[in-house]
Amino acid sequence: MPSTRERRFMQGNEAVLEGALAAGARFFAGYPITPSSEIAQAASVRLPALGGTYLQMEDELASMAAVVGAALAGEKSFTATSGPGVSLMQENLGVAIMAEVPCVVVDVQRSGPSTGLATKPAQADTMQARWGSHGDHSAIVLAPSSVQECFDLTVRAFNLAEQYRHPVYLLSDEIVGHMRESVTLPEADEVDIITRRKPDVDPADYRPHDWESDGVTPPLAPFGSEYIYHANSSMHDDTGFPNADPENARRVISHLHDKIEKAVDDIADYELVGPEDPDVIIVTYGCTARTAEQLVLDQPVNGCRVSLLVMRSLWPFPDAAFAEIRAGGIPVVVAEMNLGQMVREVSRVMGPDYPCHSLTKSNGIPISPREMAAFIEEEVL
Amino acid sequence: MKALAPYLKSEDLPLFWCAGCGNGIILASILRTFSALELAPKDIVVSTGIGCWGKADDYLKTNSIHGTHGRALPFATGIKAANDDLTVLALMGDGDCATIGGNHFLHAARRNIDVTAIVSNNFNYGMTGGQYSATTPPHSYTSTSVYGNPEGVFDLCEVGQAAGATFVARGTVYHANQLEGLITDAVRHRGFSLVEVFSSCPVYFGRYNERPSPVEMMKYWQSRAVPVQRYRKMDEDSRVDRVPIGVFHRDDRPDFNTRYRDIRARARERMEGRG
Ligand SMILES: Cc1ncc(C[n+]2csc(CCOP(=O)(O)OP(=O)(O)O)c2C)c(N)n1
Ligand code: SF4
Repeated sequence: MPSTRERRFMQGNEAVLEGALAAGARFFAGYPITPSSEIAQAASVRLPALGGTYLQMEDELASMAAVVGAALAGEKSFTATSGPGVSLMQENLGVAIMAEVPCVVVDVQRSGPSTGLATKPAQADTMQARWGSHGDHSAIVLAPSSVQECFDLTVRAFNLAEQYRHPVYLLSDEIVGHMRESVTLPEADEVDIITRRKPDVDPADYRPHDWESDGVTPPLAPFGSEYIYHANSSMHDDTGFPNADPENARRVISHLHDKIEKAVDDIADYELVGPEDPDVIIVTYGCTARTAEQLVLDQPVNGCRVSLLVMRSLWPFPDAAFAEIRAGGIPVVVAEMNLGQMVREVSRVMGPDYPCHSLTKSNGIPISPREMAAFIEEEVL
Repeated sequence: MKALAPYLKSEDLPLFWCAGCGNGIILASILRTFSALELAPKDIVVSTGIGCWGKADDYLKTNSIHGTHGRALPFATGIKAANDDLTVLALMGDGDCATIGGNHFLHAARRNIDVTAIVSNNFNYGMTGGQYSATTPPHSYTSTSVYGNPEGVFDLCEVGQAAGATFVARGTVYHANQLEGLITDAVRHRGFSLVEVFSSCPVYFGRYNERPSPVEMMKYWQSRAVPVQRYRKMDEDSRVDRVPIGVFHRDDRPDFNTRYRDIRARARERMEGRG
């Protein structure tokens, strides 16, 4: 067992597992897939020794269902996969959204579409994580760009899952998942953990959902307690039993959406790195944030000062961060390893006339600092 | 009825199923099992699929998860693996269990997770208008096989046993008393147990196959079903148009949670050994 407050050299995927354990997760169900398999392997080694459970399911449909089942039975539960697995998980991710079941899905992205370049990085699940699974819903998505953040944001993912009773994505990628860096693992009592709240009402009055009050979702009782309830993927009222009344449906759908969208200020996590009065801002996340860091170190780049807006939370989209930049009129470059997914959101906030440039690359090879510098020179200056 | 009150949401009666549907009989048998075993509703979790039978949880005062079509078993697996004290049932239609969820069925049986699967096999998709499923007999008619069914069938009991289920039984909605006994034995069994119930969907399967009335559907099972002990002694010719019912298989291979307890103990030893 690692002794605490330790400086250790480890891989991003290992740090995810350490974060999950620190957050109190004791249940993993999954199906191996590159480049996420190290998380499953580490879970299979560590969880049973802690009295927890590693379940290797027959596919990702089943994995996500088992994760939801375990959460209903009272465990903090999670899975780890990559794009092809997320595609299968979307079905039962919808159950977690609809029945408000806290859990964490780690997506270590690889290059697609389909089986794609199975061992190469990409950031092309940005929109899959937001919109994957049918129906109106919101999403909470965190994106680490260092091994330390793999630990820290995994802890936070579990906390947000509990706080909002919602499945939370940790959107990692092949580079972040496989790179090795030193991390500081905090003492167990230094980690801020949200433990699952327990209902304190009379069991007869327990309502697993609450569409009336703004935002706050009632505690989720574990199956087996005095609080008996229905978890339901069908449209239901606050008891969990089916309800087909249009007014009820409107309330439920708004609640599921608003509880997250209206909490964007609490959830949002981003940082401006570099000079406070730059000539250009590179908006980026995940592995691309790491290559972009080089430009901040190489200041000035082609005679201009470069800062980064590193997004550690992607969804709900932090409009406010961009509204601030917009007020300053500084040109932005959105750099991402896909054909331009996040840039759409940034442009939406910036408006049609704003100098908002899209730097994309989708061939399994990361965007190099040199390519970023050349892009700034050709497109921005 | 009174003994069933702790489990049945009687204020929501009558059941939404069509008159003559077999599902009510299966649901009543399950409730009588709960009562006979004196299970507390809080200790029961019922995981349902999607379909007519998948709506059974609407009438239950136990815990339940109404998930997705075909996935009742993986939800149940996560629940049981996380809390061994719960009595977990998965209620599935033949579409849920044999067709869209066939893979989960195989693996739940292989894993021998201590869950009781109760399949209402009405030989078609009732909920979506009577299309054929993986148990629709060859040449019978459904809304998507009006010229006859070109596909073969799964015998769920044979498949379940081959895949590793440690309790396998079949009943029919006509043999209601026997059904309750089968379900009770299945729930008490430690390991993956399957009770396949030949049910009746007079509205679709019955109508398409010239057995449109509930009584005809019942008579059909009355005349076809043979206790498995007798069936096994019958020759090929006399088996034609007969189906065996009863307990087909039972063994005491340790269930997943029992084996996983050993894994935890071994993992702890190994970790402590390392210091
Ligand atoms: C992924 C998915 N595909 C299709 C459906 C539509 N659907 C709902 S119930 C059902 C079939 C139900 O048949 P069965 O499981 O045999 O149950 P029954 O209605 O006969 O009781 C289908 C195809 C669905 N809900 N989800
Ligand atoms: S359609 Fe068939 S299975 Fe569904 S409720 Fe009616 S009779 Fe029962």
